[in-house]
Amino acid sequence: MLLTAVALLFLAFFLVLPLAAVFIQAFEKGAGYFLKSVLEPDALSAIRLTLLTVAIVVPANVVFGVAAAWAIAKFSFRGKSILTTLIDLPFAVSPVIAGLVYVLVFGAQGWFGPWLIAHNVRIIFAVPGIVLATAFVTFPFVARELIPLMQAQGTDEECSAVALGANGWQTFWRVTLPNIRWGLFYGVILCNARAMGEFGAVSVVSGHIRGETNTMPLHVEVLYNDYNIVAAFAVASLLALLALATLAIRTAIEWRTEGSA
Amino acid sequence: MSIEAHGITKAFGAFAALNGVDVNVPKGKLVALLGPSGSGKTTLLRIIAGLEFPDPGSGRVLFHGEDVTDLPAGKRRVGFVFQHYALFRHMTVFENVAFGLRVRRHRDRPSREGIAERVHHLLQLVQLEGLAGRYPSQLSGGQRQRVALARALAVEPKVLLLDEPFGALDARVRKDLRRWLRRFHDEIHITTIFVTHDQEEALEIADQVVIMNQGRVEQVGTPQEVYDRPATPFVYQFLGNVNVLRAPALAVALAQTGHGAEQNPDGLIYVRPHDIELTPHDAGGDGLSAVVRHIHAAGPQARVLLEQIQSREHVEVEISRSELSDLGLKVNDLVRIRLRMAHSFEEDYAI
Repeated sequence: MLLTAVALLFLAFFLVLPLAAVFIQAFEKGAGYFLKSVLEPDALSAIRLTLLTVAIVVPANVVFGVAAAWAIAKFSFRGKSILTTLIDLPFAVSPVIAGLVYVLVFGAQGWFGPWLIAHNVRIIFAVPGIVLATAFVTFPFVARELIPLMQAQGTDEECSAVALGANGWQTFWRVTLPNIRWGLFYGVILCNARAMGEFGAVSVVSGHIRGETNTMPLHVEVLYNDYNIVAAFAVASLLALLALATLAIRTAIEWRTEGSA
Repeated sequence: MSIEAHGITKAFGAFAALNGVDVNVPKGKLVALLGPSGSGKTTLLRIIAGLEFPDPGSGRVLFHGEDVTDLPAGKRRVGFVFQHYALFRHMTVFENVAFGLRVRRHRDRPSREGIAERVHHLLQLVQLEGLAGRYPSQLSGGQRQRVALARALAVEPKVLLLDEPFGALDARVRKDLRRWLRRFHDEIHITTIFVTHDQEEALEIADQVVIMNQGRVEQVGTPQEVYDRPATPFVYQFLGNVNVLRAPALAVALAQTGHGAEQNPDGLIYVRPHDIELTPHDAGGDGLSAVVRHIHAAGPQARVLLEQIQSREHVEVEISRSELSDLGLKVNDLVRIRLRMAHSFEEDYAI
């Protein structure tokens, strides 16, 4: 009883209160100002860039995550433990370092920098860099969500399908995928949330060019540094909304899977 | 279709799961692969199914004389039933059974009506007609097992392979289901191999039993052959209770049974508890003397624990309850024992 109270109090202070503050601040100057802050060109550009990044990164990581989880959970091969460790690497590395690595490799003074400049390809301080950095940071989410699930389910159902004459694709689409669909869905939601919210790695590679290479979190920072607190919170509230939606979806999935199990 | 496996060897890392195994299953028979866990029986079954492959260059699998060693499972026309059923949990019973037909290439695939008809026929065969719309999680263990069987039969397999088919069921359902499987086999006569670690199960329903231990075949024979004439000490101990006795004096007693034990009086003597006859000591005769140490009279058979007088070895004897009361045995009574049937094996061969 006491423990529950402590936990609830802690949650209220450290999670609910700040979240409430975001929304209160966002609407401090009324709904009109909120809309103006969210719809001004730089903000719209940031939203557009964020959505573009997500649209590239999430599908890519879904394909990679499913492939990696399938390989790790259902097969045994040499180098499996190395692959498992590599998937966790982005969790272990600070996002800022992840960003710096890309600058080091693709930046003007980096390994491929001169060649890229010579061929007029821009990666750092441009959209490709942002996509790469975001992809790196969100790399583990789908795979990490699926590996334990697939390992727990074992390979018997796949073996059954194969013995019944199904080929690899049929086995994957008809047996494996339906069994992991909720885990996959949740992995996508998490990956999506992180991709939208990523700050550190993107901050290093983006160059903060307003209206061009600012994503939503970067735009929030820019506004905040300009002492435009209300506008900053207005954009931030959009991200907070995403967090709430993620939580709601997670709860719904848990409720659903418990119901069917 | 007959199944042959020749010289199958399979290692998982440093562990040799199978070590030059030969098995021959005649057409239409029900054969049990019997052995303790780790004996390689399931690996052998999976190799026959094409779910595992023997170590390169080690051996061949033949179906009806035809080499299928390199064919994948889907091309071998085998029906495989897994120990834990492995039903597709997101599909209904109907969908599960229909799966093998649905994944066929377009030109080999039956029509929608053809599939429905076949599925219903199979569900009828396994006595589950009413449950086509259920999900696996809504079925009992025995029902799931029968769905798995119907699903395996849907592709019209030439061979049925069952991995511990009753392993996950409770004792009662096990007994019912294994008799049902025997009757079922008598109806459809499909060459069937099933894996089990339960000797009672194997001896009760199989036409032929293959006893495996540590990646090798110990003995092959009908249930009666392997039970009455075990080829190795392992088989002796695995198929029921056995007394292992060292006493040379017993070899003398054994001479009467005509099993040639007198030729190696230093060997170990294997005798089943129910192959020992007890007579009152004062009735005389040629048996060895022993003292009654314990009597367990609970259950259908009475178990009498004796201590043989010369060697002080313990001997367990099983007699009927009526025999026990006829003898009127009490603890510390003297009796004579005679071996009706016993085998002796070289000591270094024992486990």
